Amino acid sequence: MKSSALLLQYVKRFVPAAILAFCLLFSGLTKASESITLWHSYRGDEAAALVDLIRQWNEAHPEAQVEPLNIPFGAFGQKLSSAIPRGNGPDLFIAAHERLGDYLRNQLIEPVPQKANFDLLMPRCADAMSSDGNVYGIPLAYKSLALFYNKALVSAPPATFSELLKHAKAFSNPSDGKFGLAYEAASAYHHMPFLFGLGGSLFAPDETPLLATDANARSLAFVRDLVAHQHVVPEESTGTLVTQLFNTGKAAYVINGPWFLGEISKDIDFAVAPLPVIDETGKPMQPFLTVEGLFKAANGRTDGMDVAFAYYLIDTPQARHRAEKGHQNVATLTIAGLSETVAPVYRQSYAQFRKQADTAIVTPTVASMRMVWEPLATALRRVLRGAAEPEDALKQSQTRLLALMRPTPEPASSIPYLILLGGLLALAIWWARKAIKAPQFSQRLKKGKTAYIYVAPTALALTALLFLPFVVGSAVSLFAHRGGEFTFVGLKNFWSILTCADYGFTDPLSFYVTLFVTVAWTAINVVLHVGIGMALAMLLREPWLKLRSIYRVLLIVPWAVPNYITALIWKGMFNKQFGAINALLGLLGLEPVSWFSQFSTAFAANITTNTWLGFPFMMVVTLGALQAIPKDLEEAAFVDGATGWQRFRHVTLPLLKPALLPAVILGSVWTFNMFNIIYLVSGGEPDGATEILISESYKWAFERNEQYGYAAAYAVLIFIVLLLFNAFNKRVLSPAAEEAK
Amino acid sequence: MKKPSTFKYIMVNIALVLAVIITLYPVLWVFKMALTPAQGFSLSLNPIPDTVSLVNFTDVIFNYDLQGRWLFGRQLLNSVIISGATTLLGIAFATTAAYAFSRFEFPGKHGGMSMLLITQMFPGVVMAIPLYILLDTLGLINSLMGMVLIYSTTAVPFCVWMLKGYFDTIPREIEEAAIMDGASQWLIFYKIMLPLARPAIVVTALFSFMTAWNEFILAATFLSDETSLTLPVVLQRYVGDYSTEWGHFAAGAIIVSVPVMALFFALQKHLIGGLTAGGVKG
Repeated sequence: MKSSALLLQYVKRFVPAAILAFCLLFSGLTKASESITLWHSYRGDEAAALVDLIRQWNEAHPEAQVEPLNIPFGAFGQKLSSAIPRGNGPDLFIAAHERLGDYLRNQLIEPVPQKANFDLLMPRCADAMSSDGNVYGIPLAYKSLALFYNKALVSAPPATFSELLKHAKAFSNPSDGKFGLAYEAASAYHHMPFLFGLGGSLFAPDETPLLATDANARSLAFVRDLVAHQHVVPEESTGTLVTQLFNTGKAAYVINGPWFLGEISKDIDFAVAPLPVIDETGKPMQPFLTVEGLFKAANGRTDGMDVAFAYYLIDTPQARHRAEKGHQNVATLTIAGLSETVAPVYRQSYAQFRKQADTAIVTPTVASMRMVWEPLATALRRVLRGAAEPEDALKQSQTRLLALMRPTPEPASSIPYLILLGGLLALAIWWARKAIKAPQFSQRLKKGKTAYIYVAPTALALTALLFLPFVVGSAVSLFAHRGGEFTFVGLKNFWSILTCADYGFTDPLSFYVTLFVTVAWTAINVVLHVGIGMALAMLLREPWLKLRSIYRVLLIVPWAVPNYITALIWKGMFNKQFGAINALLGLLGLEPVSWFSQFSTAFAANITTNTWLGFPFMMVVTLGALQAIPKDLEEAAFVDGATGWQRFRHVTLPLLKPALLPAVILGSVWTFNMFNIIYLVSGGEPDGATEILISESYKWAFERNEQYGYAAAYAVLIFIVLLLFNAFNKRVLSPAAEEAK
Repeated sequence: MKKPSTFKYIMVNIALVLAVIITLYPVLWVFKMALTPAQGFSLSLNPIPDTVSLVNFTDVIFNYDLQGRWLFGRQLLNSVIISGATTLLGIAFATTAAYAFSRFEFPGKHGGMSMLLITQMFPGVVMAIPLYILLDTLGLINSLMGMVLIYSTTAVPFCVWMLKGYFDTIPREIEEAAIMDGASQWLIFYKIMLPLARPAIVVTALFSFMTAWNEFILAATFLSDETSLTLPVVLQRYVGDYSTEWGHFAAGAIIVSVPVMALFFALQKHLIGGLTAGGVKG
């Protein structure tokens, strides 16, 4: 009776609010189904030009309106692969050709019929969008690296690299922050022109990736010479630094892509040229060429209007608009040059990028291409910071590459697993029946009736939205994913992770090494978060502090600002040559530290950033919890002559514990899985040593050929480690908490 | 407590000012980038902007689509609705569950608390696609309701733990007295426990709000209509494949953080004054 009255009240209180919320939340979400949806991640002028053309098209075609949707680059791939198979995808999407192979294997795209105006396109761009004689995308534009030079510092573009080097050396003055040539020397993508220019290659004739070649080693030695001996290229140069140097007139040459045009300051008079020829080999420096095009999504429109729109975009007038207003290097051949109305800088660069495209190498679309980047970048960085000789670094990277490629595990029979699962289910049912039949059970259940009413909404929501997806997601760990196909392999993924089957126990890739780093990372962070947060909260509670509400608000700022941007600012502050932290050390008379070249300093940089981000949360929780502590207890201790520390240790802390303990336990779990900071600050540097389990799992899923099964096995192992941690907590921490009560 | 000595007063203030400086230094860079019209990211020791311009803010705010709809306004509204509903739903879920965990004995109580903690251990890497399929089956793809359900379940486990800890510190004598006076279970919960737990509810509200307010990966995956996106998704679009529009991104980041700061400022009175009602001593 009582509980039904309770339920009634419960319903009375919440249902009207819930109905209101539903009405609000579901309103205005019906979608015009007749329109052609187009997903892209264009920004700035490129997006503006596209929107202009869509508007024109929409005026002429009321029956087939195009609706663009701009999606953040970071979520683009995941959104395509979840939405298209469920029929919620777009009709068209704009993406780079490099993923063509993946899209095909995952059945995300359909071939487009070839129409007459395909002849307007640059043949290599059209080829990049084709596979097995079918055309899958309509090329819009291409991108590649080229040479930018400051006209105030350099009169004419160099034809050969030795010419460039001569100018660059004359200009460079590292102590003054001046560099002849600025480019992201540690990025594998930016290294490609040197690698190809010195006769290097990424694949053996049989198309298997091969990094350890003499020519590749020469290219690494060549770049090391530029950075470490000639000092014409800045150390640890990031894209940010390159832009800054060029914009302040402190870099004569820059190697960068067309996106750099939008970043150059108006005060700099510059021009673009194709990359020069390397003297030793007589070969041009060849960058990779990326072609961007419109793909026709699977499960899309069938009346052909989407394809008509795609062909409309590559027609001469529209291509001209994209080139002139969007500053795109369009793939349409009929635009030989831009009209006089366009700023000279863009006219000049347009022509030069077209020239560069003729010698550039179209990025291969084979699946193994994306496996090459990580090991190549590792070798490059190790050579640049003097940790290894080029030959050795490449040999090790070759080993790493083979480890990353992992032979596909043999398929396993699912029958033993099904039997096991059936057995477990039977056991569970038997146990449940036994529990229900136990004499006190129904009594206890009845007693708990009210409690269940209170718990039910939460329990239902969590089961549906957290447990169910997790169980389904975890099941993937029993499969191996290769080329769009899942094969059942049983526990083989776990076996190879736990036995380090593809690499050594002490390799940074090893599960145990990463686990150790993760545990250290979690422990240090939590201690710092709680220590600093609690100390500040204790200071901030003093009633005599006049500005305390101001202090309180200012100190939560790190929690309030989205951490993506502040993490990147911290990364910038740790830059060796230009970062604020080394500048501060310099003021104190200390040597600059190369933060990301050793494990200890890179780890410290990650910890610093995460401590900065994490202490406000603990401070707020402590502030809230402090309110439950009656002041007179402390005052009594004060009267008894206890010192400040004694009062804190024996009166305040035990009272804070029950409210603080959950925050500490949950804080540990969150820090254990804190992906963002590792990914954005150290990025795993040096050589993956600062990687934690969750970032390792992410890399297996998204940067190492989509080995989803292996990544999911990692995720399940993370979960198991945390479960063990929880069991440990129960034993060690809970009695302490009970005692505190 | 007694008035402190002048020395202590000065030391405490110095410590706090130092903490504020370290806290704000990186944030000043966000302001510098937001106020500089160029879209670059500059490195140096001095975070004071050379030029001041609001063009990045106006670019971010005055954003219209093909039909001339004011996208920023709608997206802000979506963010407010989603975060507000998440907070309300989160508090409704969390206070009821935490009350039960704190005050009742029932089969599954200890297991339940552990389960809540366990949900926090699920690595997100494996969850996105199953969640997508689930929401799609329920017809909640591209709906604000779907986002609210996801965010509130993400936030609830922490809130329950936090609130349970706080409820545990509230003496049972108060409820016992109320039962003697003939109050129903619901009345005790609603009229006595909730007001007493106000500081903890404020913390959990802030937490639920921020969970929903800053998230972008799931929102970008599950929402597919320009007018139903949330602000962080729009903000994240300034980060490109090859280059980032730092000025716009920084201005957007500031716009996104201001409401949280304002909320904290407004709520701090409740955070502090939660127990002034008296009668809760000992």
